[in-house]
Amino acid sequence: MKCRELADFLMDYVSGELPAENRTHFEFHLSKCKNCHAYLVQYELTIRAGKMACDEMSDELPPIPDELVRAVLAARQKN
Amino acid sequence: MMASTTPVDDEATLVAQLRAGDEAAFERMVRAYGGRLLAVARRIVGSEEDARDVVQDAFMNAFRSLDRFEGNAKLSTWLHRIAVNAALMKLRTRKRKPEQSIETMLPSFLDDGHHEERFQSWEEPVDKLLEQAETRALVRQQIDALPEGYRTVLVLRDIEGLDTEETANVLGLSVNATKIRLHRARQALRTLLAPHFRSTAS
Repeated sequence: MKCRELADFLMDYVSGELPAENRTHFEFHLSKCKNCHAYLVQYELTIRAGKMACDEMSDELPPIPDELVRAVLAARQKN
Repeated sequence: MMASTTPVDDEATLVAQLRAGDEAAFERMVRAYGGRLLAVARRIVGSEEDARDVVQDAFMNAFRSLDRFEGNAKLSTWLHRIAVNAALMKLRTRKRKPEQSIETMLPSFLDDGHHEERFQSWEEPVDKLLEQAETRALVRQQIDALPEGYRTVLVLRDIEGLDTEETANVLGLSVNATKIRLHRARQALRTLLAPHFRSTAS
């Protein structure tokens, strides 16, 4: 397996969906290739970073704009 | 995804007031949760205008279905789900935009199949970095910088936790195309984050 193929299989590997045979080749390559190992680690960190960054604390969120509050309240009056 | 902090001290009281038809309570709910719902909607639908429509739809839907809200659930979680559904509805009815290319954000390979780039290790632990507000804001900015069709898949799958079939269905894509898009979106986000996360120690 080449680095290029490893990159293709990355998603299935991290989700545990890579078939056993490919998995063996994948892990063999990984054990020999520091660069692909670094890439795998960063791919996983990227997923986690996205999740963590979008789970905002309340003080990270700008308040709802006043005109949108007014629009929502007006829409409610009509219902 | 919900943050641990709740902008309302006493959700139970607010819910009781809402059910009693209290006008002021409705406005309190909109002000307390609107900012969060707007952020969620914006991430999914992209445009500010559509996101505002989504928030308005979400509050109307919440208002109409208040009697179905179960007391033991969190109001914030319930509203979040309603907003995601309203955003999905928006995506379904919206015209597909022309695709932006993502190629330049994907890894490139030499003819022999090796990576062209040598990946420098990242500052660790990344979790620690992500406790900082600036880092978290930076990651959100980079997600926003992804080409639209890729950002949406990444947000629905990795952030909102929809499964592949559901995501494919909403976006009118095949399951396979959805998987490819998610993989590319993650790779592109990695590329965008790399200059910021690179370890200074190595």
